Amino acid sequence: MANPLKGEVIRLYKNLLYLGREYPKGSVYFRERLKSAFMKNKDVTDPEQIKKLVARGEFVIKELEALYFLRKYRAIKKRYYEPEE
Amino acid sequence: MHSNRYCNRIIVLPFSVLLEIRVKPDNSGVVTDGVKHSMNPFCEIAVEEAVKLKEKKLIKEVVAVSCGPQQSQETIRTALAMGADRGIHVEVAGKDYETLGPLQVSKIMAALAKKEDAQLIILGKQAIDDDCNQTGQMTAALLDWPQGTFASEVSLDGDKVKVVREIDGGLETIKISTPAVLTADLRLNTPRYATLPNIMKAKKKKIANVKPADLGVDLTSRLEVLKVEEPPQRQAGVKVETVEDLVGKLKETGRI
Repeated sequence: MANPLKGEVIRLYKNLLYLGREYPKGSVYFRERLKSAFMKNKDVTDPEQIKKLVARGEFVIKELEALYFLRKYRAIKKRYYEPEE
Repeated sequence: MHSNRYCNRIIVLPFSVLLEIRVKPDNSGVVTDGVKHSMNPFCEIAVEEAVKLKEKKLIKEVVAVSCGPQQSQETIRTALAMGADRGIHVEVAGKDYETLGPLQVSKIMAALAKKEDAQLIILGKQAIDDDCNQTGQMTAALLDWPQGTFASEVSLDGDKVKVVREIDGGLETIKISTPAVLTADLRLNTPRYATLPNIMKAKKKKIANVKPADLGVDLTSRLEVLKVEEPPQRQAGVKVETVEDLVGKLKETGRI
Protein backbone atom coordinates (compact mmCIF):
# COMPACT_ATOMS: atom_id res chain seq x y z
CA MET A 1 0.00 0.00 0.00
CA ALA A 2 1.42 3.43 -0.94
CA ASN A 3 2.80 5.03 2.21
CA PRO A 4 1.22 8.54 2.33
CA LEU A 5 -2.18 7.08 1.52
CA LYS A 6 -1.88 4.46 4.25
CA GLY A 7 -2.70 7.08 6.88
CA GLU A 8 -5.76 8.21 4.93
CA VAL A 9 -7.07 4.69 4.59
CA ILE A 10 -6.60 3.93 8.27
CA ARG A 11 -8.31 7.20 9.21
CA LEU A 12 -11.22 6.33 6.92
CA TYR A 13 -11.53 2.91 8.52
CA LYS A 14 -11.55 4.41 12.02
CA ASN A 15 -14.16 7.02 11.09
CA LEU A 16 -16.42 4.41 9.53
CA LEU A 17 -16.00 2.13 12.51
CA TYR A 18 -16.98 4.99 14.83
CA LEU A 19 -20.07 5.74 12.77
CA GLY A 20 -21.00 2.08 12.65
CA ARG A 21 -21.69 1.94 16.37
CA GLU A 22 -25.24 3.18 15.78
CA TYR A 23 -25.95 1.13 12.68
CA PRO A 24 -29.56 -0.17 12.74
CA LYS A 25 -28.54 -3.75 12.05
CA GLY A 26 -26.01 -3.70 14.88
CA SER A 27 -22.40 -2.58 15.23
CA VAL A 28 -21.12 -6.15 14.94
CA TYR A 29 -22.85 -6.64 11.59
CA PHE A 30 -21.43 -3.32 10.41
CA ARG A 31 -17.90 -4.08 11.58
CA GLU A 32 -17.85 -7.46 9.81
CA ARG A 33 -19.02 -5.97 6.52
CA LEU A 34 -16.62 -3.00 6.91
CA LYS A 35 -13.62 -5.26 7.52
CA SER A 36 -14.37 -7.57 4.61
CA ALA A 37 -14.93 -4.60 2.30
CA PHE A 38 -11.51 -3.19 3.19
CA MET A 39 -9.79 -6.58 3.08
CA LYS A 40 -11.16 -7.19 -0.41
CA ASN A 41 -9.08 -4.22 -1.62
CA LYS A 42 -5.97 -4.79 0.46
CA ASP A 43 -3.75 -5.56 -2.52
CA VAL A 44 -4.55 -2.41 -4.47
CA THR A 45 -1.37 -0.39 -5.08
CA ASP A 46 -2.33 2.15 -7.75
CA PRO A 47 -2.62 5.53 -5.95
CA GLU A 48 -5.41 6.67 -8.30
CA GLN A 49 -7.39 3.54 -7.49
CA ILE A 50 -6.83 4.00 -3.78
CA LYS A 51 -7.98 7.62 -3.95
CA LYS A 52 -11.15 6.50 -5.72
CA LEU A 53 -11.86 3.87 -3.08
CA VAL A 54 -11.24 6.36 -0.26
CA ALA A 55 -13.65 8.78 -1.96
CA ARG A 56 -16.24 6.03 -2.06
CA GLY A 57 -15.66 5.47 1.65
CA GLU A 58 -16.24 9.17 2.36
CA PHE A 59 -19.45 8.94 0.37
CA VAL A 60 -20.57 6.10 2.60
CA ILE A 61 -19.81 8.27 5.64
CA LYS A 62 -22.14 10.96 4.28
CA GLU A 63 -24.82 8.37 3.59
CA LEU A 64 -24.61 7.08 7.16
CA GLU A 65 -24.84 10.58 8.63
CA ALA A 66 -27.94 11.20 6.51
CA LEU A 67 -29.43 7.88 7.57
CA TYR A 68 -28.96 8.63 11.26
CA PHE A 69 -30.36 12.13 10.91
CA LEU A 70 -33.45 10.98 9.04
CA ARG A 71 -34.09 8.17 11.47
CA LYS A 72 -33.97 10.56 14.42
CA TYR A 73 -35.98 13.24 12.63
CA ARG A 74 -38.73 10.80 11.66
CA ALA A 75 -38.88 9.29 15.16
CA ILE A 76 -39.23 12.70 16.82
CA LYS A 77 -41.71 13.92 14.21
CA LYS A 78 -43.86 10.83 14.68
CA ARG A 79 -43.77 11.15 18.45
CA TYR A 80 -44.39 14.83 18.85
CA TYR A 81 -46.20 16.19 15.85
CA GLU A 82 -49.67 15.71 14.44
CA PRO A 83 -49.73 13.77 11.16
CA GLU A 84 -50.21 16.15 8.26
CA GLU A 85 -53.62 16.02 6.58
CA MET B 1 -21.06 52.85 14.18
CA HIS B 2 -22.59 49.67 15.44
CA SER B 3 -20.32 46.69 15.42
CA ASN B 4 -22.01 43.66 13.92
CA ARG B 5 -20.32 41.58 16.53
CA TYR B 6 -22.60 42.91 19.25
CA CYS B 7 -23.44 39.47 20.46
CA ASN B 8 -20.64 38.04 22.45
CA ARG B 9 -21.63 34.86 24.07
CA ILE B 10 -24.20 32.17 23.67
CA ILE B 11 -24.82 29.51 26.25
CA VAL B 12 -26.34 26.29 24.99
CA LEU B 13 -27.80 23.82 27.42
CA PRO B 14 -27.73 20.31 25.99
CA PHE B 15 -29.62 17.85 28.12
CA SER B 16 -28.61 14.26 28.20
CA VAL B 17 -31.44 11.76 28.08
CA LEU B 18 -31.45 8.08 28.89
CA LEU B 19 -31.21 5.76 25.92
CA GLU B 20 -33.15 2.98 27.51
CA ILE B 21 -36.03 3.31 29.95
CA ARG B 22 -36.72 0.72 32.61
CA VAL B 23 -38.88 1.38 35.63
CA LYS B 24 -37.29 0.56 38.98
CA PRO B 25 -38.73 -2.53 40.71
CA ASP B 26 -40.16 -0.46 43.57
CA ASN B 27 -41.96 1.88 41.15
CA SER B 28 -40.19 4.88 42.61
CA GLY B 29 -38.55 5.96 39.39
CA VAL B 30 -36.58 5.00 36.37
CA VAL B 31 -33.28 3.09 36.44
CA THR B 32 -30.43 5.53 35.84
CA ASP B 33 -27.34 3.62 37.05
CA GLY B 34 -25.15 2.56 34.21
CA VAL B 35 -27.65 3.48 31.52
CA LYS B 36 -26.16 5.12 28.48
CA HIS B 37 -26.94 8.78 28.01
CA SER B 38 -27.19 10.61 24.75
CA MET B 39 -27.82 14.24 23.84
CA ASN B 40 -31.48 15.22 23.68
CA PRO B 41 -32.42 15.55 19.98
CA PHE B 42 -33.90 19.04 20.40
CA CYS B 43 -30.73 20.12 22.16
CA GLU B 44 -28.62 18.89 19.25
CA ILE B 45 -30.61 21.30 17.13
CA ALA B 46 -29.98 24.06 19.70
CA VAL B 47 -26.21 23.44 19.70
CA GLU B 48 -26.21 23.40 15.90
CA GLU B 49 -27.96 26.77 15.78
CA ALA B 50 -25.45 28.31 18.19
CA VAL B 51 -22.52 26.96 16.18
CA LYS B 52 -24.10 28.22 12.94
CA LEU B 53 -24.40 31.72 14.43
CA LYS B 54 -20.74 31.59 15.39
CA GLU B 55 -19.78 30.42 11.88
CA LYS B 56 -21.69 33.38 10.46
CA LYS B 57 -19.49 35.51 12.74
CA LEU B 58 -22.52 36.94 14.48
CA ILE B 59 -21.34 35.82 17.90
CA LYS B 60 -17.94 35.23 19.38
CA GLU B 61 -18.21 32.29 21.71
CA VAL B 62 -20.43 29.30 22.32
CA VAL B 63 -20.43 27.80 25.80
CA ALA B 64 -22.05 24.41 26.37
CA VAL B 65 -23.49 23.77 29.83
CA SER B 66 -24.89 20.55 31.18
CA CYS B 67 -26.17 19.67 34.65
CA GLY B 68 -25.89 16.18 35.99
CA PRO B 69 -23.59 13.36 37.02
CA GLN B 70 -20.29 12.37 35.39
CA GLN B 71 -22.05 11.05 32.27
CA SER B 72 -23.19 14.58 31.42
CA GLN B 73 -19.60 15.31 30.43
CA GLU B 74 -20.14 13.05 27.40
CA THR B 75 -22.93 15.32 26.25
CA ILE B 76 -20.73 18.38 26.70
CA ARG B 77 -17.98 16.67 24.69
CA THR B 78 -20.43 16.04 21.88
CA ALA B 79 -21.40 19.71 21.92
CA LEU B 80 -17.72 20.67 21.82
CA ALA B 81 -17.21 18.30 18.89
CA MET B 82 -20.07 20.03 17.08
CA GLY B 83 -18.31 23.36 17.48
CA ALA B 84 -18.86 24.82 20.95
CA ASP B 85 -15.79 26.60 22.31
CA ARG B 86 -15.81 25.50 25.92
CA GLY B 87 -17.99 23.61 28.34
CA ILE B 88 -19.24 23.97 31.89
CA HIS B 89 -20.27 20.88 33.80
CA VAL B 90 -22.53 21.63 36.75
CA GLU B 91 -22.10 18.61 38.95
CA VAL B 92 -25.34 17.22 40.30
CA ALA B 93 -25.34 13.61 41.45
CA GLY B 94 -27.22 11.11 43.51
CA LYS B 95 -30.42 12.19 45.22
CA ASP B 96 -30.13 15.74 43.89
CA TYR B 97 -29.97 14.41 40.34
CA GLU B 98 -33.12 12.35 40.79
CA THR B 99 -35.06 15.44 41.78
CA LEU B 100 -33.35 17.74 39.27
CA GLY B 101 -36.11 19.30 37.24
CA PRO B 102 -36.72 22.36 35.06
CA LEU B 103 -37.00 24.69 38.07
CA GLN B 104 -33.59 23.71 39.44
CA VAL B 105 -31.94 23.75 36.01
CA SER B 106 -33.33 27.17 35.19
CA LYS B 107 -32.08 28.55 38.52
CA ILE B 108 -28.63 27.22 37.62
CA MET B 109 -28.86 28.66 34.10
CA ALA B 110 -29.95 32.07 35.41
CA ALA B 111 -26.98 32.18 37.78
CA LEU B 112 -24.57 31.08 35.04
CA ALA B 113 -25.95 33.52 32.47
CA LYS B 114 -25.27 36.41 34.83
CA LYS B 115 -21.83 35.08 35.76
CA GLU B 116 -20.81 34.48 32.14
CA ASP B 117 -22.46 37.65 30.82
CA ALA B 118 -24.25 35.80 28.04
CA GLN B 119 -26.40 37.48 25.41
CA LEU B 120 -28.31 34.43 24.28
CA ILE B 121 -29.32 31.16 25.86
CA ILE B 122 -30.40 28.45 23.45
CA LEU B 123 -31.81 25.11 24.49
CA GLY B 124 -34.00 22.37 23.10
CA LYS B 125 -37.71 22.95 23.53
CA GLN B 126 -38.13 19.86 25.69
CA ALA B 127 -36.26 16.80 26.86
CA ILE B 128 -37.60 13.59 25.38
CA ASP B 129 -37.36 11.76 28.68
CA ASP B 130 -39.45 14.04 30.85
CA ASP B 131 -41.24 16.09 28.17
CA CYS B 132 -41.52 19.09 30.50
CA ASN B 133 -41.04 21.93 28.01
CA GLN B 134 -40.45 24.31 30.94
CA THR B 135 -36.75 25.01 31.39
CA GLY B 136 -36.44 27.66 28.68
CA GLN B 137 -39.51 29.53 29.81
CA MET B 138 -38.56 29.39 33.50
CA THR B 139 -35.01 30.58 32.77
CA ALA B 140 -36.36 33.57 30.86
CA ALA B 141 -38.71 34.39 33.72
CA LEU B 142 -35.98 34.16 36.36
CA LEU B 143 -33.72 36.45 34.33
CA ASP B 144 -36.58 38.68 33.19
CA TRP B 145 -35.39 38.17 29.59
CA PRO B 146 -37.64 37.87 26.52
CA GLN B 147 -38.12 34.38 25.10
CA GLY B 148 -38.46 32.95 21.61
CA THR B 149 -39.76 29.43 22.11
CA PHE B 150 -40.46 26.67 19.55
CA ALA B 151 -38.12 28.47 17.16
CA SER B 152 -38.09 27.14 13.62
CA GLU B 153 -36.08 30.07 12.29
CA VAL B 154 -33.73 32.49 14.04
CA SER B 155 -32.05 35.57 12.62
CA LEU B 156 -30.08 38.30 14.35
CA ASP B 157 -30.90 41.84 13.35
CA GLY B 158 -28.87 44.52 15.09
CA ASP B 159 -29.42 44.01 18.78
CA LYS B 160 -32.72 42.24 18.18
CA VAL B 161 -33.55 38.65 17.34
CA LYS B 162 -36.22 37.73 14.83
CA VAL B 163 -37.80 34.39 15.70
CA VAL B 164 -40.29 32.41 13.66
CA ARG B 165 -42.18 30.20 16.08
CA GLU B 166 -44.13 27.02 15.44
CA ILE B 167 -47.49 27.38 17.07
CA ASP B 168 -50.81 25.58 16.81
CA GLY B 169 -52.26 26.50 13.47
CA GLY B 170 -49.13 27.86 11.86
CA LEU B 171 -46.14 30.14 12.34
CA GLU B 172 -45.69 33.33 14.35
CA THR B 173 -42.88 35.80 13.76
CA ILE B 174 -41.69 37.90 16.66
CA LYS B 175 -38.85 40.34 17.24
CA ILE B 176 -37.28 40.33 20.68
CA SER B 177 -34.35 42.24 22.10
CA THR B 178 -31.24 40.64 23.54
CA PRO B 179 -30.36 39.25 25.96
CA ALA B 180 -32.90 36.52 25.32
CA VAL B 181 -33.72 32.83 25.72
CA LEU B 182 -34.53 30.70 22.67
CA THR B 183 -35.79 27.14 22.56
CA ALA B 184 -35.24 25.05 19.45
CA ASP B 185 -37.95 23.16 17.62
CA LEU B 186 -37.51 20.28 15.21
CA ARG B 187 -37.34 22.24 11.97
CA LEU B 188 -34.82 24.86 13.05
CA ASN B 189 -31.89 23.15 11.35
CA THR B 190 -30.15 19.86 10.55
CA PRO B 191 -27.65 19.10 13.33
CA ARG B 192 -24.22 17.96 12.16
CA TYR B 193 -22.92 14.59 13.26
CA ALA B 194 -20.02 14.66 15.74
CA THR B 195 -17.51 12.66 13.70
CA LEU B 196 -14.45 11.03 15.19
CA PRO B 197 -11.93 13.66 13.97
CA ASN B 198 -14.07 16.43 15.50
CA ILE B 199 -14.32 14.55 18.77
CA MET B 200 -10.53 14.17 18.81
CA LYS B 201 -10.07 17.89 18.18
CA ALA B 202 -12.59 18.71 20.88
CA LYS B 203 -10.53 16.91 23.50
CA LYS B 204 -8.34 20.01 23.69
CA LYS B 205 -11.28 22.23 24.64
CA LYS B 206 -11.83 22.93 28.30
CA ILE B 207 -14.72 21.80 30.46
CA ALA B 208 -14.97 23.69 33.73
CA ASN B 209 -16.43 22.01 36.79
CA VAL B 210 -18.91 23.90 38.91
CA LYS B 211 -21.08 22.95 41.88
CA PRO B 212 -24.60 24.36 42.25
CA ALA B 213 -23.62 25.64 45.71
CA ASP B 214 -20.88 27.77 44.08
CA LEU B 215 -23.61 29.50 42.11
CA GLY B 216 -25.72 29.97 45.19
CA VAL B 217 -28.48 27.75 43.86
CA ASP B 218 -30.80 25.76 46.09
CA LEU B 219 -31.70 22.45 44.50
CA THR B 220 -34.54 21.35 46.75
CA SER B 221 -37.44 20.10 44.75
CA ARG B 222 -40.98 21.33 45.19
CA LEU B 223 -42.25 18.09 43.68
CA GLU B 224 -42.53 14.63 45.14
CA VAL B 225 -42.75 11.63 42.85
CA LEU B 226 -45.42 9.31 44.21
CA LYS B 227 -45.20 6.49 41.69
CA VAL B 228 -43.71 5.58 38.34
CA GLU B 229 -45.18 2.72 36.34
CA GLU B 230 -45.02 1.37 32.83
CA PRO B 231 -47.96 1.85 30.51
CA PRO B 232 -50.33 -1.16 30.45
CA GLN B 233 -49.23 -3.98 28.13
CA ARG B 234 -50.98 -3.94 24.81
CA GLN B 235 -53.50 -6.75 24.63
CA ALA B 236 -53.19 -9.01 21.61
CA GLY B 237 -55.85 -8.40 19.01
CA VAL B 238 -58.44 -11.03 18.08
CA LYS B 239 -59.27 -11.84 14.47
CA VAL B 240 -62.87 -12.56 13.49
CA GLU B 241 -64.25 -14.20 10.36
CA THR B 242 -67.57 -12.46 9.79
CA VAL B 243 -69.43 -9.32 10.75
CA GLU B 244 -71.75 -11.42 12.96
CA ASP B 245 -68.67 -12.66 14.85
CA LEU B 246 -67.50 -9.08 15.31
CA VAL B 247 -70.83 -7.97 16.68
CA GLY B 248 -70.93 -11.04 18.92
CA LYS B 249 -67.44 -10.33 20.31
CA LEU B 250 -68.26 -6.68 20.93
CA LYS B 251 -71.39 -7.66 22.85
CA GLU B 252 -69.38 -10.24 24.82
CA THR B 253 -66.87 -7.70 26.08
CA GLY B 254 -69.64 -5.29 26.95
CA ARG B 255 -68.65 -2.74 24.31
CA ILE B 256 -72.14 -2.52 22.82
